[in-house]
Amino acid sequence: MSKRDDNISAMCTPAIGEAGKTGDWRSLRPVIDHSKCIPSIKKKSACFLCWLYCPEGVVKAGIPVEIDLDYCKGCGICAEECPPRAISMVREEKGDE
Amino acid sequence: MSKVQIMTGNQAAALGAMLSNVQVVAAYPITPQSQLAEIMSQYIEGGKLRAEYVRVESEHSALTVCISASTVGARVFTATSANGLLYMHEQLHWAAGARLPIVMCCVNRGVGAPWTIFNDQQDSLSQRDTGWIQIYCRNNQEIIDTVIQAYRIAEKVYVPVMVNFDGFVLSHTMMPVEIPDAGKVRTFLPPYRPHTILSPEDPRNINPVLFPWRRENTEGVLCDGYMEMRYKLQAALENAREQILETDAAFHESFGRKHGGMLWEYRTEDAEVILTGMGSIASEATAAADILREEGLKIGVVGIRVFRPFPKEDVRQAFKKAQVIVVFEKAISYGYEGGLCSDLKSAFYGTDIRAPIHGYVAGLGGRDVKARELAEAAKASMADMKAGQIEKNTTWLNCFTG
Repeated sequence: MSKRDDNISAMCTPAIGEAGKTGDWRSLRPVIDHSKCIPSIKKKSACFLCWLYCPEGVVKAGIPVEIDLDYCKGCGICAEECPPRAISMVREEKGDE
Repeated sequence: MSKVQIMTGNQAAALGAMLSNVQVVAAYPITPQSQLAEIMSQYIEGGKLRAEYVRVESEHSALTVCISASTVGARVFTATSANGLLYMHEQLHWAAGARLPIVMCCVNRGVGAPWTIFNDQQDSLSQRDTGWIQIYCRNNQEIIDTVIQAYRIAEKVYVPVMVNFDGFVLSHTMMPVEIPDAGKVRTFLPPYRPHTILSPEDPRNINPVLFPWRRENTEGVLCDGYMEMRYKLQAALENAREQILETDAAFHESFGRKHGGMLWEYRTEDAEVILTGMGSIASEATAAADILREEGLKIGVVGIRVFRPFPKEDVRQAFKKAQVIVVFEKAISYGYEGGLCSDLKSAFYGTDIRAPIHGYVAGLGGRDVKARELAEAAKASMADMKAGQIEKNTTWLNCFTG
């Protein structure tokens, strides 16, 4: 039995997965080509525009850059903003849509 | 110590809000606004009331400012009328759904088109289903007392309260009003405690999108869906009756005046015919009852003070012995009849109250209604009912309907 919510008005707390696994809304998946991605090439913290622009906060600004596909909705903003065009949007397999 | 002053309904309402120590007032100052918002700004600007006055560009924004300020724990006040209230409609639903104890005065006026600035109650009656508690006042004393009561009710049940009083008939008419003692009001009204404390340490997203079904959050707490939240609002309004009665009784104890709780009665002890209505028209009906009593007819008046939550139990008690019921209303649900008339009929369903109920629409757009005319209408209804006419179309009083 889960605990009951006693709030008299609707609310939620910011937490990963609060709205469920939103990654399954995705029809296009971002794929990073690390031979073009600036932090991967230079092996240091640089660029990270994908991390800055991601509206979902699912890009990890590390070396290498990683995208959390459990919650990425596939909007493609990262691919649009990436200066060396290292991110391409690949259609998810039909069964996953 | 009692302190009596002669004042208008608007002054009484403003004084009630000041005595309630409101902290934020937001209002749109242009037509159809009444003097009420102006008096509040004078109190604040003149240093009589320590509060923030936010001038906005529309009534929709006025209520939005109140919603925001109330969310973070301020006691708020606003006032409007007519089309201004209609423009707030979306935010009326929001305030109730967010369970914010906002108190707003609606100075009742007719709505356009065609333009009118005069009194009827179509504005507030059109907001019946927004989840607000609606109280109708019959005189200026009741206005000042009800504004103070409204904060206590709202902050107990977390439902906004609309305090309604008739434009011009009350808002611009001077009457003697006994001003409650400020210290006693402070005791009567404990500080407002918001149902949710917002702080950077415990961030919340308030009123997010809810899905049709209940859902467990990431901490495993089963959160309500949209329908559960709406049920909680309905339950809060149903339970508000108890708080409204408690507040009126506590007010009586502190200030020596009571206003009837859900409704008030006038000469109903042996009344065979009961006239009813809300606000000043019910007050006028008491004068009609006096006229008819002079003629030897057993007439009484029940004034409906609280329209939402509808006082079902109370009307069943008050109209128990009525043989004829005459309803006077300053609003209509177009295509059917007056809303109060419908609600009374439905409240009596399944009971032994089988008295014929005749509905009258009167005083729309400020058309004058005199006690003598209400008395004549009551007599006409009595004659119709004696002649066996149980059901009758709504009569438009003083209206050339040919």
